[in-house]
Amino acid sequence: MAKKSYSFYPGCSSQKAASSSNYQVSVDTMCKELDIELNEIPDWNCCSASIGYAGGGELPRLALSARNMALSEEAHPDQDIVATCAACWLATKETQERLNDNADLLAETNTALAEAGLKLKNEKKVRHMVEVLIEDIGYEELGKHVKKPLEGLKIAGYVGCQTNRPFGIAGESFENPKYLDKMIETVGAEACDNYEKKVSCCGGALAFSEPEKSQALIKEIIESAYDNGADMIVTPCPVCQMNTEVYQEQINAKYGTKFKMPVVYYSTLLSVAYGKSAKEAALDGQVIRAKQLEEIAGK
Amino acid sequence: MSNYNQEMIEKYRGNFLKEVQDNVEEGDWVKMCMQCGVCSGSCPLGPHWEHPPQEIFMMIRAGKRDEVLQSSSMWMCTSCYNCIARCPRGLPITHIMHGLATYSKRLGLAPKNQPTAKFAQLFWDNLTRTGRVNELKLGLSLYFMNGFSEGIKTALKMKDIGLGMLKTKRMTPMEILGGHGCKDKKGFHAMLKKAQEIEEARIGKSGS
Repeated sequence: MAKKSYSFYPGCSSQKAASSSNYQVSVDTMCKELDIELNEIPDWNCCSASIGYAGGGELPRLALSARNMALSEEAHPDQDIVATCAACWLATKETQERLNDNADLLAETNTALAEAGLKLKNEKKVRHMVEVLIEDIGYEELGKHVKKPLEGLKIAGYVGCQTNRPFGIAGESFENPKYLDKMIETVGAEACDNYEKKVSCCGGALAFSEPEKSQALIKEIIESAYDNGADMIVTPCPVCQMNTEVYQEQINAKYGTKFKMPVVYYSTLLSVAYGKSAKEAALDGQVIRAKQLEEIAGK
Repeated sequence: MSNYNQEMIEKYRGNFLKEVQDNVEEGDWVKMCMQCGVCSGSCPLGPHWEHPPQEIFMMIRAGKRDEVLQSSSMWMCTSCYNCIARCPRGLPITHIMHGLATYSKRLGLAPKNQPTAKFAQLFWDNLTRTGRVNELKLGLSLYFMNGFSEGIKTALKMKDIGLGMLKTKRMTPMEILGGHGCKDKKGFHAMLKKAQEIEEARIGKSGS
């Protein structure tokens, strides 16, 4: 397949030594294998995720994503915008929709952007990396690169919220999207078909401000993975990954559970299945080690 | 901001629905709610809402201004978008909740010490400083948002999580020295300032 090029919005948490820097490492590895070129949007800024609303009004928040889109139009005019972070993707896509629906808001946004010497046409496609994999590459091609099938592993596909609602992936349902399960099967592992917490909320940003309420949600997400016989959880979202991975010990202390469930990204799975090293798959970024994947990567 | 609150009370004279329509992000949609309750039943933090979304919509129509705007309810939204995906009338409920939260904060009516209201403000201040989030400073400001001694307690409670993140290189103490940011901070800040000015001017004349 010919090289595919995209205008890439990495987002704050993917930066060096940030909370999902391991996601970025595995995405880079996966993209190299699949001949996907990610051109970083020059000087991009934070999208304010879904939690900027206490300090920022509607227009300042829209301006944030508008600046990124305008920079992308300037630097990579012919390339779709691609984000790996669910919140980055959602905020950018929402901004695009809101500004397309409302000419006054678009004009106001452009007045603000002019202060930074920018102008937004707002005509680009805004896509999640998962869409690139499914729609531009395809499951069949994804499967062709597998060198080490992840045989014998049972994996719970935790889709979470923001890669799923309100936009979601074309052709998938909100209540039971199947794409992550299909990816699990593509790399030779077994998907937990009846994982009932697949699209449940982990608390998102409220894991910081309302830890007890959020950890009660996280507990159910992990418990359900155990109930379904999962060896690990896989997710497409940095917030889902962090929330379901790093609080397990606190949850154990509070609820008397014995959770030690690895939570990885789809890009981690693909990298390992593509025969890459543990380091290239960023397995060293797991707070809860994914030992079975380490073994396969080490073979 | 309390002057602003007084101004709005006088301007709308008890017509709270109109006030919401004019001043709250996506507030125009409130009148479309048919009280089916799917949103409330779909919310992951449903049991913790003082008034779930369906109730908030009815209260807006019933003119319960103080009860709505002083409520901690909207601050329970995790932005999971379940309510939006399921609402049979297509109301952008998540956005309306964010909009109500923004508006109540602007009026000075948001409950004091509401943790998400505080965290969301910290997040905004953090990201707008350099254009990108400084996760270390955000974490520390979160721990210490209720004062120093509370902060030490929280930091100790969270220390294992911090160590795990450090060990896996998903956090660095170096970020305290500055960390990531946009290069064109001048343009970035000028853009945000302009956006704020335009919005404030618009709010000032809405519904007149």
